[in-house]
Amino acid sequence: MFERLPAPYGLVRYGVAPDHPKLKEPIRVYEGIARNPQFRLLGNVTVGRDVSVDELRAAYHAVLFCSGAETDRRLGIPGEDLPGSHTATEFVGWYNGHPDYRDRQFDLGQEVAVIIGQGNVAIDVCRILAKTVDELKHTDIAQQALDCLAESRIREIHLIGRRGPAQAKFTTKEFRELGELAECDAVVDPADLELNPESRAELEERSGSVAKKNMEVLGGLAGRTSRGVRRRVFLRFRLSPVELRGDGRVAEVVLERNRLEGKPQQQTARGTGQRITQACGLLFRSIGYKGVAIPGVPFDARQGVFPSREGRIVDDAGVLIPGLYASGWIKRGPTGIIGTNRADSLATVTSLLADVASLDTGPKPGADGVGALVSGHGPRVVTFADWLVIDRAEVERGAPKGKPREKFTRLEEMLRLVEPLS
Amino acid sequence: MPTIVTGNCKGCRFTDCVTVCPVACFHGDAEMLYIDNNVCIDCGACIPTCPVKAIYEEGDLPDDQRMWIVINAERAPTLPNITDKEAALPGAEARKAELGF
Repeated sequence: MFERLPAPYGLVRYGVAPDHPKLKEPIRVYEGIARNPQFRLLGNVTVGRDVSVDELRAAYHAVLFCSGAETDRRLGIPGEDLPGSHTATEFVGWYNGHPDYRDRQFDLGQEVAVIIGQGNVAIDVCRILAKTVDELKHTDIAQQALDCLAESRIREIHLIGRRGPAQAKFTTKEFRELGELAECDAVVDPADLELNPESRAELEERSGSVAKKNMEVLGGLAGRTSRGVRRRVFLRFRLSPVELRGDGRVAEVVLERNRLEGKPQQQTARGTGQRITQACGLLFRSIGYKGVAIPGVPFDARQGVFPSREGRIVDDAGVLIPGLYASGWIKRGPTGIIGTNRADSLATVTSLLADVASLDTGPKPGADGVGALVSGHGPRVVTFADWLVIDRAEVERGAPKGKPREKFTRLEEMLRLVEPLS
Repeated sequence: MPTIVTGNCKGCRFTDCVTVCPVACFHGDAEMLYIDNNVCIDCGACIPTCPVKAIYEEGDLPDDQRMWIVINAERAPTLPNITDKEAALPGAEARKAELGF
């Protein structure tokens, strides 16, 4: 398993929100797999930079990509790059101590934050902004993020959805949590919950059971009275951002009211031309995710995935490339949760095992060959045994603070632990 | 909040749920599956995979199904772990139709 960071576990470590510790439990399953003597971790190695895909293909009989969806989709509106406008990816990486994002700055001195998008990542960002330090301090949130959040002056968070409440993509559980925060009220405008006949029809279909539950939770929130607490999160629907404005930094977002058009299950948001201006000192976009190309692998730039059939990677013409496979978000795009991706990996591995006889069966050096290649000209390869040293040190660092771990957020900090300074 | 397998599984045992469970928390006897809630992480991935809607989050459990909370808790730890999809029980399709799915 090749991993560009010295730490394994990808999104379970760097994506799952720190206040959802149960969702990090699959790490224990991964640890069990990693202890299989047939398994080798080659961490701190970037495929496409430190080792090429062709070199991997020369060293292994098959190569399976599980590189996920690393970048955000852009809004494509004027002002998107004003200071104060960020991707959810950056913020999530920051609070989770991802080395790429640990030095990002977010102006939490602002009072109004706007989040574009209503998926589970958007809700995570919202919840972390909304929670008090007491609600976060015993999680594995990065200390530097917790220190900044402690000084936060955010009072309002607006969670903006393009379509209506019946089409929202969050799961009921994630969303129920927003109604259970210590110092933040969730606010829903009852007018937003009025549905068109097509949306009502969607709720009545079997596939509409989650949406139906979401509507019940929203209805409950709409009926609540304010507790007069420090913060409020506004769940808002049928709105699309059309412009960010500000003098030198974002100060307001112009939103266009949408109506839904189309048949049930196929409704799309169409602008009505009616615009409203929303104050906005801090903006996060979370409207979808895309994979990143790796040299030597076909890439569908529009979908942000490696094109494949049943997990077998195909070229632009749809021709199979023997020995290359994909699983997870780089295969299907950014849908589904951890368990969905387990089923996806099973499907891909089933394809791979069915192909074994037809793959190039000549001898291949495997990790030994690649390890030599990498250490000849590249970074220090981090093995699973090395990772366990880093892991233990993180857990020890967290213990005095009552945290399950305090992550190392710089590559040098991690590498120093496994490599005596010379 | 625990996740619970209820009586709709009995006589079907489609086992689609086990393929999406990231922590392998399903256990089974000859009739049906049960969730070990000491292991389950409440991710909910299994809930939509069940062809007969046998799986619920505790909060969504209908009142007349609440006895399954204790049944899952008692039986799961004593039974074999089911981690791979198995053939459904004979008659599962007929039972599915009978249950209205």
